Formats: sequence, C-alpha cells, structure tokens
Amino acid sequence: MSIKVRYFASLKESFGRSEEELVFTKTMSVADIWKQVSKDKDIADNILAAVNMDYVQFDYLVKDADEVAFFPPVTGG
Amino acid sequence: MNIKIVEKSFDPWGEIQSFQNSSPEMRGKYGATSIFVGTMRDFNDGDEVKGMMLEHYSGMTEKKLADIITAAMQKWSIIDVLVVHRIGDVFPDDAIVLVAVWSSHRGDAFDTSRYIMEALKSTVPFWKKELLVSNNERWVDKNTDGYKV
Repeated sequence: MSIKVRYFASLKESFGRSEEELVFTKTMSVADIWKQVSKDKDIADNILAAVNMDYVQFDYLVKDADEVAFFPPVTGG
Repeated sequence: MNIKIVEKSFDPWGEIQSFQNSSPEMRGKYGATSIFVGTMRDFNDGDEVKGMMLEHYSGMTEKKLADIITAAMQKWSIIDVLVVHRIGDVFPDDAIVLVAVWSSHRGDAFDTSRYIMEALKSTVPFWKKELLVSNNERWVDKNTDGYKV
C-alpha cells in the first residue's frame, strides 16, 4: 500500500517537509501514520487530520492511494 | 455558487457588482443581499502587525467551502452565494474574505451569511502567519469564537 502524507502551516515547519510517500503492508490507522511520521510523538490535542480532503478521526483506517493530511487548527477568514 | 481563492488583493464591492452583472437571472428575484467582508487589522493580541501570509490546502479548501454552502442552501432559501478568500501575502486594510448571499428575504440572507462565515472560520483549511512590526513572525493559534461577546 502506498499513500501520500501532507503537512501544513506550523506543522509543516516543525516537520521540515510538506509531504512524503509512505509504503506499508499492514492495515494502518491515521494514528499509526502519525506515529510513524512523527517518530512516536504524542498527537497534540489540537492537531487535525484529513483523508482525501475530508476530516477524519485518528482511528480511521487508511486505504491504498489515500492522501492523508495533518495540520493545526484553521485560522482563515 | 461561486467560490474564488485569489492570490492578489481584490475589491469586494467590485466582486459583488460583477457577480450581479453576470447573473441576469437573479434580477427581480432577490430582495435581500447580505454581505460580510473580513479585512486585515494592523493589530492582534496586543501587538502591531504589518503583514500576514495566508496558506491553504488547495483542493480541500474549495471542497469544504462547497460543502458548507451546499448545507446552507439546504437549510435556508437562498438564490446564490459568492465567497472570495485571499491567500498569499496580505497587508493591513486588505480584504481577506467576502461572503455575499442573495435571497428573497433578509432572514435567510443574514442567517446564511453568518453560518457560512462561522463554518469557514472553524473548518476551512486556511492558516495565517503574522509578521509583526517588531519583525517577529508567528502563526495564529486559533480563531476566536464569533458568537462570544
């Protein structure tokens, strides 16, 4: 399975990258993805996750070719 | 509905006029137009701000805005909606966002405009990074609650 992971705003700065590809064989939740890309950092309460541009909970199971995004609270308008 | 994400400064009043001019089918149908314009301030959280960079998640931004407007149109009786939002470098007095709602009666126009604006503020993936007069930069942590006095 291969997915794209994207980061935005302050999270993009703290990760030092805006996106990456992940390849894995077992079923992964969004929380598992977070653990992998953040090197086991706890998920801050305010971090939001989206899959294919819709908000999801961290227990959402990711599918092949999904686009997962992590970002801080939104501040537009 | 019309959703525009723009990288250059825009004139909200010109956008409204242009939208109305290009929508002749609306003429005579709407009795109420509710307009919200969000403009950049030169102060925030006790500091003087001289500029701002607006980032967004292209694709999700437009999708979320379309979802919000669709939900509003199911809830209220609306003729049309125009939303324009800036990205990129923004400066004090620049318009950041325009929400314009046309309906037959004022209640639907007012309520839809407020609903879209509050949903935009809390769910549409835009982020602001402020450049202070002191030359420090900071990400805006979160938006204020629009219903709090």
